[in-house]
Amino acid sequence: MIAIVGFLVWSAASNAIENLRAQKIASGFGFWHNAAGFDVNQKLIPFSASGGSTYGDAFLVGLLNTLLVSALGIVFATILGFLVGVARLSNNWVIAKLAMIYVEGIRNIPLLLQLFIWYNAVLKPLPNPRESIALPAGALLNNRGLYLPDPQLGPGGGLILWAFLIGLAATFVFRAWARRQQEATGRQYPVGLVAFCLIAALPALVYVATGRPVSFVYPELAGFNLRGGIQIFPEFVALLIGLSTYTAAFIAEVVRAGILAVSKGQSEAAHALGLRNGPTLKLVVIPQAMRVIIPPLTSNYLNLTKNSSLAVVIGYPDLVQVFTGTVLNQTGQAVEVVAITMAVYLTISLVTSLIMNIYNKRMALVER
Amino acid sequence: MTDATTENAPYAFVRKETLEQEPAPLSVAGPLAWARANLFSSPLNAFLTLICVWLVIDTVPGLVRFYLIDAVWTGENRDACLAGKAGRPVGACWAYVADRLQYFIYGSYPVAERWRVNIVFAMFALGVFWLLWSKAPLKKIGAFFFFVILPASAFILLLGGDRAVGFLRFLILASFALAALYIVLSFAPRLMRFWIGEGQLAVEEAAPPWLRFYRPKRLILIALVVFGVLALLDDRIGLPRVDTGLWGGMTVTFLISAVGIVFSLPLGVLLALGRRSRLPAIQLLSVIFIEFVRGVPLITVLFMANTMLPLFVPQEWSPDRLLRPLVGVALFAAAYMAEVVRGGLQAIPKGQYEGAMSLGLGYWQMMRLIILPQALRIVIPGIVNTFIGLFKDTTLVAIVGIFDFLRTIEATLIDPTWATPVTRSTGYAFAAIFYFLCCWGMSRYSIAVEKRLAAGQKR
Repeated sequence: MIAIVGFLVWSAASNAIENLRAQKIASGFGFWHNAAGFDVNQKLIPFSASGGSTYGDAFLVGLLNTLLVSALGIVFATILGFLVGVARLSNNWVIAKLAMIYVEGIRNIPLLLQLFIWYNAVLKPLPNPRESIALPAGALLNNRGLYLPDPQLGPGGGLILWAFLIGLAATFVFRAWARRQQEATGRQYPVGLVAFCLIAALPALVYVATGRPVSFVYPELAGFNLRGGIQIFPEFVALLIGLSTYTAAFIAEVVRAGILAVSKGQSEAAHALGLRNGPTLKLVVIPQAMRVIIPPLTSNYLNLTKNSSLAVVIGYPDLVQVFTGTVLNQTGQAVEVVAITMAVYLTISLVTSLIMNIYNKRMALVER
Repeated sequence: MTDATTENAPYAFVRKETLEQEPAPLSVAGPLAWARANLFSSPLNAFLTLICVWLVIDTVPGLVRFYLIDAVWTGENRDACLAGKAGRPVGACWAYVADRLQYFIYGSYPVAERWRVNIVFAMFALGVFWLLWSKAPLKKIGAFFFFVILPASAFILLLGGDRAVGFLRFLILASFALAALYIVLSFAPRLMRFWIGEGQLAVEEAAPPWLRFYRPKRLILIALVVFGVLALLDDRIGLPRVDTGLWGGMTVTFLISAVGIVFSLPLGVLLALGRRSRLPAIQLLSVIFIEFVRGVPLITVLFMANTMLPLFVPQEWSPDRLLRPLVGVALFAAAYMAEVVRGGLQAIPKGQYEGAMSLGLGYWQMMRLIILPQALRIVIPGIVNTFIGLFKDTTLVAIVGIFDFLRTIEATLIDPTWATPVTRSTGYAFAAIFYFLCCWGMSRYSIAVEKRLAAGQKR
């Protein structure tokens, strides 16, 4: 058995070397520092063909874009998925049916088709920049993407950011303290209200106190294009919407299964104690359901990350599009490029499951 | 022990006094009561209901008007679907779908040879019904038909040409050889001593010759009939070669999913057994394969199959362009199938293994006769789910240049004959309906199976 596998690997490797030599393709990772002769629209780090960026930089650009869309997708998919999952169990007939239609419809249509629909049928037919759709707060929407006002910090503006961070940290401390107090004495504190004050009201207060130092640069029409503001590319929007709605349908089913797995006696007992529907769900059902939900939720997160590779079909510059697409085509070094891409996804998978396993262990039922 | 009486409880939500008696409800049945309970049970619920109803009223009539009422059903070319030419508001352009339907089904497969694809479709439908319909007779023959006869004949019929016909000749010869072998063995079972052991031999010898090896004979007979018909077809009408570059549309979509399931199921079973094996080397290899494939996106597997498979084999064997993604999809599905099957294997109680061992069965006999039939039975819903995922994932082969169903639709969208503002939404709607019906049908089936299998546990 081992001999067979060993022989297969050996013959594959020797064939590969021979074929590569026949096609005159260099091997090794020397291409990493060669100049990349292409440009990318969305980049989180400086990257340009003329600025001497290398294939290594292209890899980083793609990787960061993949991570960005996956992280945002996970957040949106989780929120939407929990909402829909709970809605499917709602005793409101209309809401339950709508949630069911959403789940069944989205789950049974390939993600690739959904991305085509979002990108080609929804976002591309939007009007051109001259006839942009005006959104509230000075944002503009057209077929080149979504343009948001760009906030500029004046003197003292950094304080607002600090206030926000301090508020966030203080909220966590307060929440932990409140929980410990509740476990010790049974008294409940208004965590939600305090969190609102710390996270939202405190920065707002600082904003007013420092003399409103934030100004916005609004996107404006200049020639045939818009100038100023933050441009969010339609490829990114399409991919983000597609990934979040698709994964949310699966998460909704996971959540529903988790809630159904909590025995009905638990919510009946909570009702008997006088808890209303909301607190019953929040304090009794969902904490128990989480134990069932977390493992499949993890695999849905992993699927979302892996599915972000479909970006290649709508031209969002993620790892696969930039690296396995453009760089592979330019260098021809298929073995190295595909191997690196696979290694990256494997690493992301392993790290995500590690984090979720730690979280799972913390949430798991502690038995005697 | 805390003193949890109502007086001592500090919580706001613990009620301290008895409620007044409420008047009897006005109605407990009928549409009004139903609406009150299910739609307007609380102010929040009423608000949400109204929002949802408004949402439905806002979207559904528009969709119905676009896709049904204003839709164009007949027409020769794009003029029928242009609002200016038609002289009325136009919705979906179904005339375009009707016109291009042949292309969506067969791709560029030559028109004169499409009957071959139809035969494969019919055989595929027969195999699927045979296996999935719970009351169908002779399930084992059905499985043999689906997993052996169908792939071989589909290969011969779809590809055609000298290589396929040579393969057909080899298959017929092999079937005849097997038949001859079985006839000899059924008259002289003693020749089988080394395979079946003394105990089984005694049983075989007690039976009359025509009853011995009854089932294998039927399988061979089926193979001979099917391959014979194919040879006849080839002889009378001829099966010229159709290059895989011409294949496309639903044919390719079904082909990839069928190849995926036919190869991933046995491979997945082997991997699952390997993962639970007690031999460390086999276990390690299986675990590495499964975790590696499950950890990367299908696209990278397809890229690997497309660009690296030709590198890994000697140049004269360089695989066909369609074969490369097929290999990728089959390996990818096998890793997922292995995890599903592993779940089934873990669900079989230990007593079943011990019982099998106490009967003196070896490892393979135990797995084949006792464990796998039960394990596969309980994971049918999981297998169907994997298959649904696989079916949806077949769309990704478009990325490596295969003309599957979705790609053929994309290709017709830029065709000037039918390029109108509404063509795109029509084409996508058609694709969505197709995929939805297939996937939804499969998921309904798996739910029905789940219910039937759970019938034993119901009280």
